[in-house]
Amino acid sequence: MAHTPKAAIEPPIPGILGKAIVWADARFPLVKLYKEQLTDYYAPKNFNFWYYFGSLAMLVLVMQIVTGIFLTMNYKPDAKLAFASVEYIMRDVTGGWLIRYMHSTGASMFFIVVYLHMMRGLMYGSYRKPRELLWVFGCMIYLCLMAEAFFGYLLPWGQMSYWGAQVIINLFAAIPFIGEDLAVWIRGDYNVGDATLNRFFAFHVIAIPLVLLGLVAAHLMALREVGSNNPDGIEIKKNLSADGTPKDGIPFHPYYTIKDIVGVVVFLAVFSAIVFFAPEMGGYFLEAPNFVPADPLKTPEHIAPVWYFTPFYAMLRAVPSYFGTQFWGVAVMGAATLILFALPWLDRGKVKSIRYRGPIYKWFLTAFVISFLVLGYLGVVPTTVWGQLPKGLPLVGGMDFATLVARILTAVYFAFFILMPWYTAKDKELPEPERVTY
Amino acid sequence: MKTVYLTLQRAFAVAAIGISTAFASGGGDVPLDKAPINLHDQASLQRGARSFVNYCLNCHNAAFMRYSALTGIGLTEQQIKDNLMFTTDKFGDTMVSALDPKDAKEWFGGVPPDLTLVARVRGSDWLYTFLRSFHRDDAAPTGWNNVVFKNVGMPNVLHDLQGTQVLTKVGEKPGHGEHKDPIMKLTTDRAGTMSAAEYDRFVADLVNYMTYMGEPARVNRTQLGVLVLFFLTLAFFVTLWLKHEYWKDVK
Repeated sequence: MAHTPKAAIEPPIPGILGKAIVWADARFPLVKLYKEQLTDYYAPKNFNFWYYFGSLAMLVLVMQIVTGIFLTMNYKPDAKLAFASVEYIMRDVTGGWLIRYMHSTGASMFFIVVYLHMMRGLMYGSYRKPRELLWVFGCMIYLCLMAEAFFGYLLPWGQMSYWGAQVIINLFAAIPFIGEDLAVWIRGDYNVGDATLNRFFAFHVIAIPLVLLGLVAAHLMALREVGSNNPDGIEIKKNLSADGTPKDGIPFHPYYTIKDIVGVVVFLAVFSAIVFFAPEMGGYFLEAPNFVPADPLKTPEHIAPVWYFTPFYAMLRAVPSYFGTQFWGVAVMGAATLILFALPWLDRGKVKSIRYRGPIYKWFLTAFVISFLVLGYLGVVPTTVWGQLPKGLPLVGGMDFATLVARILTAVYFAFFILMPWYTAKDKELPEPERVTY
Repeated sequence: MKTVYLTLQRAFAVAAIGISTAFASGGGDVPLDKAPINLHDQASLQRGARSFVNYCLNCHNAAFMRYSALTGIGLTEQQIKDNLMFTTDKFGDTMVSALDPKDAKEWFGGVPPDLTLVARVRGSDWLYTFLRSFHRDDAAPTGWNNVVFKNVGMPNVLHDLQGTQVLTKVGEKPGHGEHKDPIMKLTTDRAGTMSAAEYDRFVADLVNYMTYMGEPARVNRTQLGVLVLFFLTLAFFVTLWLKHEYWKDVK
């Protein structure tokens, strides 16, 4: 096939740099990419507060990778050396404490940002046609993120690292027939040990981040293909001006790049306040028992996952064991994350945005958010936190009240999804506007 | 399957995180006294370091803390070498006790825990209360017990300074049903070489130092933090102004 050279572009800026761009563009789709991704990508002009978290998630991802690289330079993935190497970073490496706190704070902030980003998707129906695949990639990113956080949490080799990993891996052992062998296969040993630490290190620093970056690329490509949703949930591509650009759209660059920088600065202020003034965040970001080196012979008095896993942990605890196995709790926990994938196909509403949804959807979404938050709280505290129900009550007599609440809220969590085809179809919705509200 | 079940059950039964619960470990529900921590008070930190070396380091290690890091509390290399280094002559060495772990096991039934990070694990208030809450207990193997840490393995090594305390019943409060819970109180039985106020000051200095040792970068961290937040506040106004300029043409 004959190759036709493309027309050379005008130098966008004077001087040697302009010439370099012309030279590069003849050999690489430089200008094309710049236009596709930034200046010719039209985003709705009515983005609100909730639309900052996509770019912020990107920022945290980059921060985690960069701080992670520097940590790797001094960290030792060896059961005998790991704990001491983290303290070495904290004390003897120049700026090491800052890098480490940025990384540990970044882990929690990543989840905060991603949860808010997902909440945005729920509120404005960003998962609806034609954005189903965009949502599915996002869910896969979320799963990867949980894996990444879990593997990373073992690396400091403190008591909570060790016993947390022990408990979570033992969850896999609850799977019938293959469970025990599966757990040994994951650990590489009969107990969490040096082999486990080494493989978790490999997963944390290369395997999962590679997949994560690939998924983020796919997520962004899908976004550029279908275009961003907006708080009104209507397609801006329906109203085009004479030049073929959406009337309610503005070029992503410079408008949203400039606007997102404001978001970045505010986020960094919150982030820095934590890193510099409360890196342990009251024991939620860095748990106190994790300042004790891992000791396989000494179980800590309290084992609980870090806060971002606690809603699912509360579900796991709430499900009783039947037929002598805890597998049901594990299955419920798994289903709670996997059901997110089905969301685009469960929603039968005609409108996308909460602004035009009917009351039933609003009630269900509110109940869902409350159940997620309260489950998160219940996963942090002991099941005895709200005392016990009176012994005389039928069915629930003598049960921990918090366990009963966790069971009800687990049901609410699933009801939001399972009943969605029904309640979104029969809900009384408001008419959508023709143009976005700005 | 059984191990899974046991581990899960153990985890379920006791699950709780958060600083409040974590700090209570080994302690029950004794209210803690507030430790008067001031990491900017170098004289206090230096007195604390001396007490730490003289009393704690005989049995405990601080294996992640280098002697050279003590320059961070205003001491010179020569001062550290002359007054604080007894187990090594290498300035870059970490604070390791001369006690042989084998002897420790024989004498105390276990190796005394490393203290480098104890202030981050237990909290300064816990340490401050713990070190002032020892009392005589004839039933305990060492003859000592502690209100904050029941059946602790460590005897009160500071009793020469503090004197001895005993736990006495001063009253009763209603318990479950007929049962009444005793109200117990620590009282001084024999005075030490220090008055109560002097001893509190002594422990405060020691805990202040141990808090420093848990995270030597802390003072630096908060100072840098003020600068960073100041810069970000400025950046916020600049970027906000820039955004408004750019968005003027969005109608």
